[in-house]
Amino acid sequence: MIKAILVINNHGKPRLLKFYQHYSEEMQQQIVRETFQLVSKRDDNVCNFLEGGTLIDGNDYRLIYRHYATLYFIFCVDSSESELGILDLIQVFVETLDRCFENVCELDLIFHVDRVHHILGEIVMGGMVLETNMNEILQRIQEQDKIQKQEAGITAAPARAVSAVKNMNISQQLKDIKLPDLPSLSNLKNAF
Amino acid sequence: MRSHLEEVSGFRKLTENSGKQTGNGFQSLETSFQLFEGMALRKVRSNIDRIFDKSLTDLIRGIRNNKDNESRYIAQCMEEIKQELRQDSIYVKANAIEKLAYLQMLGYDISWASFNVIEVMASTKYTEKRIGYLAAAQSFHDETDVLMLTTNLIRKDVNSANMYESGIALGGLSCFVTPDLARDLAADIVNLLACSRPYTRKRAVLLLYKVFLKYPDALRPTFPRLKEKLEDPDPGVQSSAVNVICELARKNPKNYLTLAPVFFKLMTTSSNNWMLIKIIKLFGALVPLEPRLGKKLLEPLTNLINSTSAMSLLYECINTVIAVLISISAGGDHTSSIQLCVQKLGVLIEDSDQNLKYLGLLAMGKILKTHPKAVQAHKDIVLRCLDDKDESIRLRSLDLLYGMVSKKNIVEIVKKLMEHVEAAEGSHYRDELLSRIIGICSWSNYQYITNFEWYISVLVELTKVEGTEHGAKIAEQIQDVTVRVESIRHFSVSQMALLVENAHVLLAGSAQQRSNMCEVLLAAAWICGEYSQHVRNQQNVLESMLKAKPSVMPGHILSVYVQNIGKLYCSLMSQAEEEDDWDQIDSLDNLMLSKLPQFELSEHLEAQERACNLMTIIRIIEQRHQEKEKMGGELQKLYDGELNPVATKAQRKVPVPDGLDLDAWIGDEWVSESEEAEEESDLEEMFGAPITRPKMDIGDMEEDVEEAAEDHKKGNKGKKGKKSGEMSKEEMEERRRQREQEIENNPYYVKGSATAPKRPTRFGNPIERTEAAEKEKEIQSPLEIPGVVGLHRYMEQQDSTLSWKKAKEDSDSIGKKKKKTLKKEKGGGKKKKRRTTSTSSEEEDRVVHKVNRNDGEMPEGAKSTDDEDEKFQNIPTDEFRALDMDLDAPLRPDEIVKAPQAYTRTYPSQQKPGPLVPRPPTTFEPRSVVEAPKPVKEKKKKTGKTGVAKLKKKKSLPESSASKSNLFNMDDWLEAGSNNGTVPSSESVPKSTLAVEKPAKKTKKSTRKVREAYEETSGVCTPSIPHQRSPIDTDVPTTSSEFTRLAANKTLSVDFVARPNQDPLDHGRVTVTLKVQKLGDAKIQKVELSMVDTLNAKVVKDSDEAILLAVELDATSSEASFDVQVTATNVSRMMRGTVTYFLVDDEGTRDDKLDLRLPLPSVVFVIPNSSIRKDDWSALLASDEVDFVASQSVKTSPDLKLRTVLSQISKKGHFSVVEETPKEAPKAASLFGRTVGGQPICLLVKKTTDGLQIDGKAGDETLIQSIIQDVSEICARV
Repeated sequence: MIKAILVINNHGKPRLLKFYQHYSEEMQQQIVRETFQLVSKRDDNVCNFLEGGTLIDGNDYRLIYRHYATLYFIFCVDSSESELGILDLIQVFVETLDRCFENVCELDLIFHVDRVHHILGEIVMGGMVLETNMNEILQRIQEQDKIQKQEAGITAAPARAVSAVKNMNISQQLKDIKLPDLPSLSNLKNAF
Repeated sequence: MRSHLEEVSGFRKLTENSGKQTGNGFQSLETSFQLFEGMALRKVRSNIDRIFDKSLTDLIRGIRNNKDNESRYIAQCMEEIKQELRQDSIYVKANAIEKLAYLQMLGYDISWASFNVIEVMASTKYTEKRIGYLAAAQSFHDETDVLMLTTNLIRKDVNSANMYESGIALGGLSCFVTPDLARDLAADIVNLLACSRPYTRKRAVLLLYKVFLKYPDALRPTFPRLKEKLEDPDPGVQSSAVNVICELARKNPKNYLTLAPVFFKLMTTSSNNWMLIKIIKLFGALVPLEPRLGKKLLEPLTNLINSTSAMSLLYECINTVIAVLISISAGGDHTSSIQLCVQKLGVLIEDSDQNLKYLGLLAMGKILKTHPKAVQAHKDIVLRCLDDKDESIRLRSLDLLYGMVSKKNIVEIVKKLMEHVEAAEGSHYRDELLSRIIGICSWSNYQYITNFEWYISVLVELTKVEGTEHGAKIAEQIQDVTVRVESIRHFSVSQMALLVENAHVLLAGSAQQRSNMCEVLLAAAWICGEYSQHVRNQQNVLESMLKAKPSVMPGHILSVYVQNIGKLYCSLMSQAEEEDDWDQIDSLDNLMLSKLPQFELSEHLEAQERACNLMTIIRIIEQRHQEKEKMGGELQKLYDGELNPVATKAQRKVPVPDGLDLDAWIGDEWVSESEEAEEESDLEEMFGAPITRPKMDIGDMEEDVEEAAEDHKKGNKGKKGKKSGEMSKEEMEERRRQREQEIENNPYYVKGSATAPKRPTRFGNPIERTEAAEKEKEIQSPLEIPGVVGLHRYMEQQDSTLSWKKAKEDSDSIGKKKKKTLKKEKGGGKKKKRRTTSTSSEEEDRVVHKVNRNDGEMPEGAKSTDDEDEKFQNIPTDEFRALDMDLDAPLRPDEIVKAPQAYTRTYPSQQKPGPLVPRPPTTFEPRSVVEAPKPVKEKKKKTGKTGVAKLKKKKSLPESSASKSNLFNMDDWLEAGSNNGTVPSSESVPKSTLAVEKPAKKTKKSTRKVREAYEETSGVCTPSIPHQRSPIDTDVPTTSSEFTRLAANKTLSVDFVARPNQDPLDHGRVTVTLKVQKLGDAKIQKVELSMVDTLNAKVVKDSDEAILLAVELDATSSEASFDVQVTATNVSRMMRGTVTYFLVDDEGTRDDKLDLRLPLPSVVFVIPNSSIRKDDWSALLASDEVDFVASQSVKTSPDLKLRTVLSQISKKGHFSVVEETPKEAPKAASLFGRTVGGQPICLLVKKTTDGLQIDGKAGDETLIQSIIQDVSEICARV
């Protein structure tokens, strides 16, 4: 079981929190802080597994994380998950994000956290791995996007107009402040 | 452009936040334009749906622009959100909820908006619904009370025709499912398992796990359905099912052992790595329970290891092989497997990828426990990993050190670790190192240690480590070693005396920093006191102990101090008395009387008490001394006797004597207890055991110490009497002489201040020290205590004292008595002469200590069990304990997941089940099955078939319902040759592909069969119940009219009625009620029925015995019912059976039998009264839910009315008519039915010129074919 998925940036700011068991908001923030403490002091060339950390209960769990550019993707899992499997899953998640946002960067995650949630929802459900085939995941996301567009059709037209004004060229701007690309997309040891 | 945008947002803040200036690139030039725009906006706002409300993007941008007063800004946004939530528009609400979901991530509680979240969840728009579910998933939990309002909403959503809607509902539910929701929605979720879309099935399967957790009662009835999904055609669904079962099995593995064959098959056939990993992990959990399984697994796993390129899979395979090897370590030779694992792990460890290195070490640690030798091959790699830059890897390789250490290399390894201790940053790693050093050295009672003086030096060296939490551990080790190794005591005491004399060094620094290490003083003081005969300058030690400041020293150490001051005083005083040195005695008494009172003021109660005690004793002695009376002998009695190590578990192992009730009061309740306590403490005082060490971290320790005291007591009570007087002057004198000689000749004994020149204590910090390693000899850390032989100094001395030893050896040979006591040194000396360099192998036998390596003392009658701690492990937590249930036992009748009773009002229109919602029937309607076969006597064939069935049953293990037979089958499977990779299919449900391949043949066959049945029963069948939808109808009792004749001969007849089990979770079950009626007048006794189970249909029963229908048949009929479990409901079936009975008539008693064939057509599984509205029906036809078509034409007489046919179909086939055209004299009609599995079936019956054309659509090919067959039969018979 995956107990939690955290995406935290280099400064400890949460960019995505998904807990598969209930914690109060206060506790969640505490977990974020503690986890950040743990991962941030590690070099990039050390292993991606971490023991220790006291907040998520039980001693049966580990933190498995990857560090991409400005973001830490941290999965908190118990012993029923394969360590390397989860690393691959993180890779799948990030690659999916990359495809969905076309060259993903931290700003994408900041401004589209809801979308990231929906993407994650196609990969992990209730703490269990739902789908690992990226093409399948992407197809599902595209189909849902289509529904969203259809619905946005008439009723939301004015809203879209306004947001078009508000966001005029915003996406281009976001891309202009491009952050470093995903470093290790090419050299992944993939199980799939 | 960008600056413009910022201004807009800045302006928006201005207008919204009542003119708050943020000055974010605000340029005056554009202000007027902005103002104008702002006014315009405000006007439009109310009209077009408040589209100018902050969107999520605006909120995020706003937060980023207000970094300085973020909380204030968010508070304002919260207010706005609250405003927005008061609007009627769902669009506005969804926007607000979306923002809340974001704020939740930032740590803001949004539970106050729970109800609004539900409102948004209920939106008809997919996009909004998704926002609602997202917010719910993020913020709802078991205590969210509004969740109980959502049951019907979620039910509607999960059953939605839009697969994504149902997807988000299932996904959301998995995050916030509560016990109530789980109970109410279990049936719906199980129904979704039969959904035609893999996307939905996959999610439903995963959600089941959460449902089981919250509502364990659902597990047993649902499990067979879940098991089916292991063979789902879609790999994703299959993988999900594996995932769920693995999660379940991990917590209660024994219940899932019978699934091993299925998983085995999956493992050998699947190529999905994700699934393989899960399965292999599951096997890892199962093998400890069934070693035979392990044997069977070895080969395929080895193959996988050799063939796979995926590291993750490789690693898991190795892990499971290790688990297998552990479980079967007892028998057989598996060196090749071990070798393979170790070799592969070696590759992992040497990989440049740190992750693989880490995991390799982790797995290596597991092998170490059972096959330490195999691991030793990689000693070099592991030792190299100790120097890795990655702390996690270093920690893992520390784990492995246990297996690497030997008598020969322990010195070397510990030396290396000590270097790490010095260099380590971060207290965690340092503490870990420390405890590992101690762990390695004390491994199985100091197995690897040959030179204990070296070990004591190591421990003393460790006391210099700053800020560690293992002070108590070191103290304990020093004590333990000194107690166990008699010959080390002298050396140990000399070191401890120095520690005591320099206590201030250990106590220096902040309390926090040093408090831990001062624990060592406890050990030091105790050793000096307990073994005072070895202390060279007792006076000095006593004085430095008396100097201890109660304000600085922790209380528990202080009390040990007091105790041991007593011992030292006793020893010194006795010596003085022997020498009749009254001056010395006087000064001793004075010293004590002057210094001790300060201890009486200690805040620590025990220290205070002990001090008072000792004070009183000394006052008494002092008085006697005034009268020149010698008290030494008397006082010594207090501290007499020798302590032995006590096993850690000793206290727990004390057997309770017969007749002792530990819970009963002893005597009067309170008084006696306190008395006892007093008594005990007195005893403790007297025998001077180190009674309390409150900071001991090992839980048992206190017990043990008390136990030690207890033992001590016992021992002394015996000894005391005879020993006290025995210690004669001569003996004492002899002892002292010996001791002096020993001291004289011991090279390790540091001879007081004379040999240890005082050095300045302040020199550079530790970091500098490590940098200037060469200077180490001269430079000391502030913690260095002059004279204390630390590790480095010890090692130096070893080398430099070479000549010393030689000289000593010569002197040794002079005195014979001396020779005896110093034998060990001599041996060492001799060896040393020969050696050129300090090799560890020589060191090994240089010093031979007599070591007490026992486990420690155990109470009499205690059994030595190692596993006793283990039973406390592996107990699943409460959540999972509820799921610990036998999944193979047949279901009890009450064990069904009840479909929720919808809260119904009495509007008839509302009672209709919603369109396309597979609402399971909440009531059950009895009905008859029309056909009854003729009794055919085919005994030979039957037995043959039985044989086959049995054979197949053996193979198709998971089907069998009785756990007994499962076990049997399991054994067979496990015993079978390990090379049979082909595990029989567990399900013989005809796959759709199969049906596609030869549909013609199949249909023909079944047609013939069924037709036969129909013809046989012609004229016997009775019309079944009417099918109007009326509330009264729902619970019709079984009446005789429903029964259908099954078989009859001249003595008795058998009628039956078959009803599908109303439990939607277990729709593969049919309840068959048989009615036996006597036809003749002969007496009929013991009527029994035995049914022949087929592969796909079997009678559910607890034993193999036949079903007893009646003991004796009287005039009335006798009824009995039993359940038949059918594996797939989409095909028609036939079961054979025999009724046997005793016929008692004039000719006497004889046995007779009646064969019967029980038909179970697929229409049996169609729920009566399934209704649907016309437009829903056409929507259904258009949807992809029914995408399999079948048709058949039946010839009938031309004047047959369609209505007659329809009524027959609805009676016997349980279909309901949706529409007839034309209304007056219908030529065509559409019908609808729903199986118990929730699958909709659409039928179209058309009248043609010479008969009927029947077309059907359903989501399952086999089902529709078989239904069309059955319906055609019905039509043909009209």
